[in-house]
Amino acid sequence: MSKKIAEAAAPTISPVIRFRRWFGRNLIRVYMFLAFTYLFIPVAYTFAFSFNDSGKSNLVWKGFTLSNWQNPCGAPEVCNALVNSINIGLIVTVFSTILGTMIAFAIGRHKFRGRSTSNLLIFLPMATPEIVLGASLLSLFLTFHINPGFWPTVIAHVVFCISFVVVTVKARIASLDPRLEQAAMDLYANEFQTFRRVTLPLVAPGIAGAALLAFSLSFDDFIITNFNSGTVITFPKFVYTAAARGIPAQANVIASGMFFLALAIVLAGQIVNRRKAR
Amino acid sequence: MQKIRTPYLLLLPGFAFLFTFFILPIVNLAQTSTQTPISGGDTGQYEQTLRFQNYIDAFIENREQFGRSFVYALIATLLALAISYPLAYAIAFKSGKYKNLFLVLVIAPFFTSFILRTVAWKQILGEEGFVVPTLRTIGIISDSTTLTSTSFAVVMGMTYNFLPFMTLPLYASIDRIDPRTLEASGDLYANGFTTFRKVTLPLSMPGVVAGTLLTFIPAAGDYVNAAILGSPNTKMIGNVIESRYFRIVDYPTAAALSFTLMAAILILVTLYIRKAGTEELV
Repeated sequence: MSKKIAEAAAPTISPVIRFRRWFGRNLIRVYMFLAFTYLFIPVAYTFAFSFNDSGKSNLVWKGFTLSNWQNPCGAPEVCNALVNSINIGLIVTVFSTILGTMIAFAIGRHKFRGRSTSNLLIFLPMATPEIVLGASLLSLFLTFHINPGFWPTVIAHVVFCISFVVVTVKARIASLDPRLEQAAMDLYANEFQTFRRVTLPLVAPGIAGAALLAFSLSFDDFIITNFNSGTVITFPKFVYTAAARGIPAQANVIASGMFFLALAIVLAGQIVNRRKAR
Repeated sequence: MQKIRTPYLLLLPGFAFLFTFFILPIVNLAQTSTQTPISGGDTGQYEQTLRFQNYIDAFIENREQFGRSFVYALIATLLALAISYPLAYAIAFKSGKYKNLFLVLVIAPFFTSFILRTVAWKQILGEEGFVVPTLRTIGIISDSTTLTSTSFAVVMGMTYNFLPFMTLPLYASIDRIDPRTLEASGDLYANGFTTFRKVTLPLSMPGVVAGTLLTFIPAAGDYVNAAILGSPNTKMIGNVIESRYFRIVDYPTAAALSFTLMAAILILVTLYIRKAGTEELV
């Protein structure tokens, strides 16, 4: 009976209703598509305008060219700024990853007096707005007559990167199965051997992720850098200063290049992980 | 004996660093905030006094920017939550084997310089972008309305820039939900909405708390979005602090404003965590 009704009704379903049904079934997909479009619009824009034959200010589309990609250092200062950012980022990554990983092991693996205070000290830099971190460090440097510049910037970056490293590595440590280490001990491995052969390899992906995070936080930081870098120009600082008079298309080339490089690293990491899992 | 010492030895270098370059600067900032100009000295020369009136002066003079910072940050946080929650839910439950790919896609835009992306929004929303002419043709906005240099643009920029700080913690806590609890709720005759309200949402609360904090805190102290996308009428407290430091060289006021901002945020955060009932944040 009901089937008959459905059959009778079927040919008369209007496209509007059909669309509504399709929409209801695929709502979540449509939503994801829209959300990712929103996320990627400025990236696509930046990428597209890296091919703009724009001259000095990259505001309006003037025609397609590959010359910006062939000569990414063509604009004055842009590669200098990039090199500074990479140098700062690498040093910051090394220091914050080492210090942060040690703290993460202490908090994640040991019970000791002052553990909750330690957690608070790690949380505080994350709960402090960047501008306060930057301004307070600058005021310290000025009090001790230290000029802002390369090393003050490195120090400032390490301060806020440590917390993110601790949180990332700690999460990885928390997800470890303690039985694996017990098994190593049962097989007569001493504490150091257990750590080197079992614990460290298991935590390594977390440490690698934390290092990547520290580098990208440092590389893209503007506010803290602006306060503590003095005359040293980093890539974000270059872009911010250039924004007033027009950003050269070479900056778009570098930003797009970094985007694809980082994407490649993350995807490669995932593929390696998947192979290992097999 | 060795065992008791291990955690402290591990903590020592990192905490020595954080003490020197995080705690000391904050103390120094507190000192600076009560300084007064040296009479007869150059601009930028201050002496240590205990002038707490600095705080009152700084606050009264900039209360509008303070209010704006917190209102903008709140709206941006709520918008980011509204956008991120369905997205995080979809990635956790509806994306099957593409889960990791979608997660990478959430983070990927943030590999492009955040200032360049903000400038890109300025151009997209500007007179020469494609949004304004389209909206004008449809008739949603009038010919004289602009989108850049408005509070709309600033809030939109902040929502966009801090979105992954919301999506990632949300995803982490939604992904941990056992799908069987949702099925159980359905078996007990809860409809979709009730299941969401009584099961999904409470179980994802840690992610909501972490996400809103990680969005609200940087948003409240931000000045880049307001500087690039805004106008003098959308100045936030970050813009004031920045210009006090660099253009006016008025360190005490800048320090007092920074300290007030930090204190206000810490109080709000503490109240919020109490209210939300999740002490386990980090």
